[in-house]
Amino acid sequence: MDLNFLEFEQPIAELEAKIEELRRVGNDSEIDIHEEIQRLGEKSRSLTENIFKSLTPWQISQLARHPQRPYLLDYLSRIFVDFQELHGDRHFADDRAIVGGLARIDGRAVMVIGHQKGRDTKEKIERNFGMPRPEGYRKAQRLMEMAERFRLPVLTFIDTPGAYPGVGAEERGQSEAIARSLQLMAGLKTPIVCTVIGEGGSGGALAIGVGDRVLMLQYSTYSVISPEGCASILWKSAEKAPQAAEAMNITSERLKELGLIDEVVPEPLGGAHRDVDAMARTLKEMLLVQLEPLCSIPVEKLVADRYQRLMNFGKFND
Amino acid sequence: MTMSWFEKLMPSRIRTDGGTKRAVPEGLWTKCPSCNAILYRAEMERNLDVCPKCNHHNRIGARRRLDIFLDEEPREEIGEELESADPLKFKDSKKYRDRLTQAQKKTSEKEALVVMAGQLKGMDLVAAAFEFGFMGGSMGSVVGERFVRGVDRAYELGIPMVCFSASGGARMQESLFSLMQMAKTSAALGRLRERGIPFISVMTDPTMGGVSASLAMLGDINIAEPKALIGFAGPRVIEQTVREKLPSGFQRSEFLLDHGAVDMIVDRRDLRDSIANVLGILAHKPDTPTMS
Repeated sequence: MDLNFLEFEQPIAELEAKIEELRRVGNDSEIDIHEEIQRLGEKSRSLTENIFKSLTPWQISQLARHPQRPYLLDYLSRIFVDFQELHGDRHFADDRAIVGGLARIDGRAVMVIGHQKGRDTKEKIERNFGMPRPEGYRKAQRLMEMAERFRLPVLTFIDTPGAYPGVGAEERGQSEAIARSLQLMAGLKTPIVCTVIGEGGSGGALAIGVGDRVLMLQYSTYSVISPEGCASILWKSAEKAPQAAEAMNITSERLKELGLIDEVVPEPLGGAHRDVDAMARTLKEMLLVQLEPLCSIPVEKLVADRYQRLMNFGKFND
Repeated sequence: MTMSWFEKLMPSRIRTDGGTKRAVPEGLWTKCPSCNAILYRAEMERNLDVCPKCNHHNRIGARRRLDIFLDEEPREEIGEELESADPLKFKDSKKYRDRLTQAQKKTSEKEALVVMAGQLKGMDLVAAAFEFGFMGGSMGSVVGERFVRGVDRAYELGIPMVCFSASGGARMQESLFSLMQMAKTSAALGRLRERGIPFISVMTDPTMGGVSASLAMLGDINIAEPKALIGFAGPRVIEQTVREKLPSGFQRSEFLLDHGAVDMIVDRRDLRDSIANVLGILAHKPDTPTMS
């Protein structure tokens, strides 16, 4: 299996290649190399543990954008049943960069909304690389309002480089669409749990990211601007992206320490793409743990608590 | 310095060095950045920094903005004691701390938003204005908190809120704290909306990024000053993405009016009258206050 190793994973990649080679040899040879393979397998595992123990923010941002990173649709089929996708904003178009619809999780009816990146070139284009246009946010708004009417909790999944910087997006009021989403979510009379599953890119992420609980997968990132964008503005060179990633505190661990998110969802060794099933199981469990208590809070209190939560964001000297 | 063929033809005694200015007292004259007309500064100021020749609306600071908008009395500043805490100890080529100090020296403001409770033609209201000179009017924790304190005052007293934005967007040096100010300010405005308290958003040059995509676009009435740059993504970023030349007038006030994003474009010299008029009607007053 080609795991598409990242640069910092090269030692693991080399070891895995050796194991693969031995396996092939082993099949047509009479010498028992089973033990050797097992030994190398263990070595690979501890090497991975070692490397992943001290990842830099820049390495984590590469994992968050890994080409094999599981996307919303990968989780949808593993976490939910009876999913029925709902299309369109009723004004202009159906934005395929945001997927939404009705589903059940562990018997509970919910509304699911999230970004979807594309896996292959064709799908990437169809999904616009997970970069929504105003129609996407307006579709999300429509579904959230529907969720409120039918008392469905909303589960959102964030994975976007950001809102799409295009002419049409500006013509159709990108700013207003994002702003309206923020305001709507802040006052929505139903529980909202948001999870960053990959890349939490700026306003395009936040537009479906205002909720009662915000979770992040361990190797996802969340920031006001991409490390490359920040570097090219503040350091005048996109090559300083690793420094920018460090300075901006974009990792789940740091953001939890800073009180900006609630929970970090641990990923399998080597990242979510190494074992999508295991990742989905952990995520599902965590979602249920978060959702359960929220559903029993009276809705007036729920919205008041959410408001207070938003008002507490910010650090300043009084 | 290289000279054009024309300059080379000129006798040297006629040539003047472009960089060094002559015996005109500093600051008496000013040049319109749009039509290049040389203008008497006092006249420009009387005209609220709108060029009398070409109508170009020059950028003005937050305090001056509130000064020309509000009645002379009463005025009370809100949240002036708040200062940025640099929660991430952010440092790029420079320390964020130093950038803040520098911005404070340059603008004589502690932060990029000034909020005041005051009156417009005798009507109580809260007015906020962004200081673009302060780190590009960027929104961090203090801007968000000051804005919300202004909104809270408006909410408690049931009086309108007016905001003049001029901002490049969220402040990178506070990273996710800044992004969250978009949610915070939008949520606060949601309370006004629910209670039927007017919020008038006036977008001035430039209103971009996270400020545009939160508080600025959420006005019950959205107003733009003429020819202001207003949008989410910066024009250069868009140009690089779509790899084509942007249409002329793209992301300018007139473009936004055509595309339905703002209710009206109002000349700076008419803002007091216009806003007083709509607020008077929204408040069911029998007639528009005439005090000028």
